[in-house]
Amino acid sequence: MAAMYLYEGMVAPMGVMKRVQLVFRAKANKALDRMEDPRETLDLSYQTQLELLQKVRRGVADVATSRKRIELQINQLQQGSDKLDRQARDALGSGREDLAREALTRKAGVQSQLGDLQTQYEGLQAEEEKLTNASQRLQAKVDAFRTRKETIKATYTAAEAQTRINEAFTGISEEMGDVGMAIQRAEDKTEQMKARAGALDELMASGALEDAVGGPRDDIQAELDRIGASTGVDGELERMKLELAQGSTPQLEAGAASAEPAHVVDQQAGDAQ
Amino acid sequence: MIVRILGEGQLEVADSALAELNELDAKLESAVERGDEAGFSAALAALLGRVREIGTPADPDTLAPSALILPQADATMADVHDLLSDDGLIPG
Repeated sequence: MAAMYLYEGMVAPMGVMKRVQLVFRAKANKALDRMEDPRETLDLSYQTQLELLQKVRRGVADVATSRKRIELQINQLQQGSDKLDRQARDALGSGREDLAREALTRKAGVQSQLGDLQTQYEGLQAEEEKLTNASQRLQAKVDAFRTRKETIKATYTAAEAQTRINEAFTGISEEMGDVGMAIQRAEDKTEQMKARAGALDELMASGALEDAVGGPRDDIQAELDRIGASTGVDGELERMKLELAQGSTPQLEAGAASAEPAHVVDQQAGDAQ
Repeated sequence: MIVRILGEGQLEVADSALAELNELDAKLESAVERGDEAGFSAALAALLGRVREIGTPADPDTLAPSALILPQADATMADVHDLLSDDGLIPG
């Protein structure tokens, strides 16, 4: 009905804030009308309030769990990004610009995932805070309602109680509607987040991001190790050539031959550093 | 009078502010009628900002229903549409 006013403008205009208030009021009135004995209304409503309190607390816990999971993933990705950065430097140091470029390209991919996660993380933090506040507000109102309920029941005279019950019930019903929607929104967001976190976990496990986050199939590291190893082999070859070259001359200078082994040991010790 | 901002709670606002709030609300309303999402966000932000500015948080123990209820700060036009529809968002 109200939605119709929105788009067709056939009815005298009424502000958004008043219409929203009327929708809440109508919900409360409908619930009140269903009840025969007002005292029964109070007890039933109190039960519902306690259930909603439980639900909102579970909601806070759910959001917190999701937030922690994202936090963990952020840490993993950050480590991966740092590692790729180191590898790029190592590769450049070995004159392998192609390898450095590959590492930096992967780092950019990880960084973009990280940026996404950071945004989600902040969203969840805000959601958690909102729900925590909602839970506290509802708690205060539920406590107030319990007190009011007992007073009304103790001094019950039908005529007078009805209006007081209506007010208390409408007031708490509005809060419950508000909190109920907040939980719903938080649940929706948490679900989306869980799905995304799950997808990212899978991506990491499948190896697509594994290289970046330190999985066993780190091909950049393998290449760097290979460069390191081949540098060592080249160095050794050079040394051997040098030794052989030097080894062929001593025959001309027999006096220097005894000093030769010590010279080789010195050179190897120097290379090892 | 008591004004509720959804997701934030109730605020106590002087009755004398009603005319001013209605003016801001009319801008929100007309943005909805034009289907102008950007105008809607701006009008909602202005309305919420003003209510927060002139309102003081209501006693948390109060069980009084609100005279006016405002959508949450990040609400879209679709959210408001759902809120106002018969089988709307409000649970229960």
